[in-house]
Amino acid sequence: MKKVVSLALIAALGFSVLAGCSGNQKGGTVNTDGSTSMADVMGALTEAFKEKEPDITVNYSGTGSGSGISGVLDGTCDIGLSSRELKPEEMEQGAVAHVVALDGVAVVVNPQNAVTDLTAEQIADIFTGKISNWSELGGADAPIAVYGREDGSGTRSAFEEIVGVEGACVYTNEYGSTGDVIGNVASNENAIGYASLSAVDSSVAAAKINGVAPSEATVKDGSYTIQRPFVMVTKEGVELSAAAQAFLDFASSEEAAEYITAAGAVYPN
Amino acid sequence: MQILFTLCGLIAVGFVLLITIYLVISGIPAIRKVGLANFLFGKTWAAGQDQYGILPLILTSIYGTAGAIAIGVPIGFFTAVFLAKAAPKKVADILRPTVSLLAGIPSVVYGLVGMCVLVPALRNWLDLPAGDSLLAAILVLAVMILPSIISLSETALEAVPKEYEEASLALGATKLETYFRVSAPAAKSGIAAAVVLGIGRAIGEAMAIMMVAGNVANMPALTRSVRFLTTGISIELNYSQDGSLQRQALFSIGLVLFLFIMLINAFLNLVLKREKEA
Repeated sequence: MKKVVSLALIAALGFSVLAGCSGNQKGGTVNTDGSTSMADVMGALTEAFKEKEPDITVNYSGTGSGSGISGVLDGTCDIGLSSRELKPEEMEQGAVAHVVALDGVAVVVNPQNAVTDLTAEQIADIFTGKISNWSELGGADAPIAVYGREDGSGTRSAFEEIVGVEGACVYTNEYGSTGDVIGNVASNENAIGYASLSAVDSSVAAAKINGVAPSEATVKDGSYTIQRPFVMVTKEGVELSAAAQAFLDFASSEEAAEYITAAGAVYPN
Repeated sequence: MQILFTLCGLIAVGFVLLITIYLVISGIPAIRKVGLANFLFGKTWAAGQDQYGILPLILTSIYGTAGAIAIGVPIGFFTAVFLAKAAPKKVADILRPTVSLLAGIPSVVYGLVGMCVLVPALRNWLDLPAGDSLLAAILVLAVMILPSIISLSETALEAVPKEYEEASLALGATKLETYFRVSAPAAKSGIAAAVVLGIGRAIGEAMAIMMVAGNVANMPALTRSVRFLTTGISIELNYSQDGSLQRQALFSIGLVLFLFIMLINAFLNLVLKREKEA
């Protein structure tokens, strides 16, 4: 029994060596590492890329933007994934950003609500509990019900990060899915919540931020501010493997646009 | 044939053992990392800031269950007395199936009705921002535990020997006095078992209360959004990273909940054993 197993192992090792050789030409493995928020986009991209280049395997591990960037700088992965812009000190170390998608987060209120235009500061005040009644914003005299997502949700971390209220939010209710947030905002006139832009439907009203309504166009031109880039990070002076280069090219190509849109993000170019 | 039956019995035992071992193995690491005292008595649960204190969840589960018992037991007990002793046959024949029907309603339906009717009603009456609250959860749980309390208490009341009641009536006690001072005390361990069963059902419920409780890990307060031990697990499981401390801490909550339910079961067995001996 043991012999059979070890023989099989040897055979497997032998094949993997062969596979490694052929990888330099057309196949291979691309290791990506970083932002957990990019899981959906990465899932859609890798799936589509697999059909195009069946010999290339793209691995994704969601560890967080910071560790993805340091991973590519240390050489532990081919492409780092970041759901925020690079910091100057990261760029000094040679990190190069390739923006593959934009992610907009809409602030939604009940359609009955008279308040439809908010400033970024007002939103921060609402979510941290400083403003607790709609009348303070020119609406009806009703308490504000602040709806959000549970800890660990990518939408929550994106929203809190962009608005600058990380860990400081005072939620009235937390929900386990985007659909729950939208459904409950739709059924409560006092409610305000946030959801990925792609998930917003007509049952709720997406508030204007500083006078700009969220849409694909306003996210693209940057005038809608509650957004963040999805960035693929490489290191300056380090040549990518053929497989990694192919994946990066695919992700930034026009071809990827439909998959990025399907995953709920906005194609930037 | 004997072997087949034994095997079936062993399957059940095997699953209990498997679940116990799995829960202990996957629940211990986070407790060790966070520290038992910090985990059980920490007042803040915020996975984003690596704070894993489940005191608000534990207290919410205890308060919620206690509240449901406080409302459900009197109603259930009186219904049982009515059904077992006072109800005309025709009324009892309608009421009894209705109660069993209540037991058959899936918990998600309780949650749905709570979410669509109770929560908006509380929002309007109490002028709350949302209405999802400990109070809403208590009310839903109170209705959910009614069937088990009613049917178990009724069985216990009906098992009281007729002679006791006849003797009491012959001595000149009124019917009411007989029910509450003779029948009920004679059935007390069965009624206690009903209450413990109700506690077990309330503390283990997740779906219905997730839809009405609001799910923010606040310290419990009647009109505020709260998170139970059960809902604490279910709401964060989806997006927690496999192998992360958050995921491990969710298993630890499961372990704590498991211990709670084991304790209640042990207590129930004790009560039932005393009933047998009595």
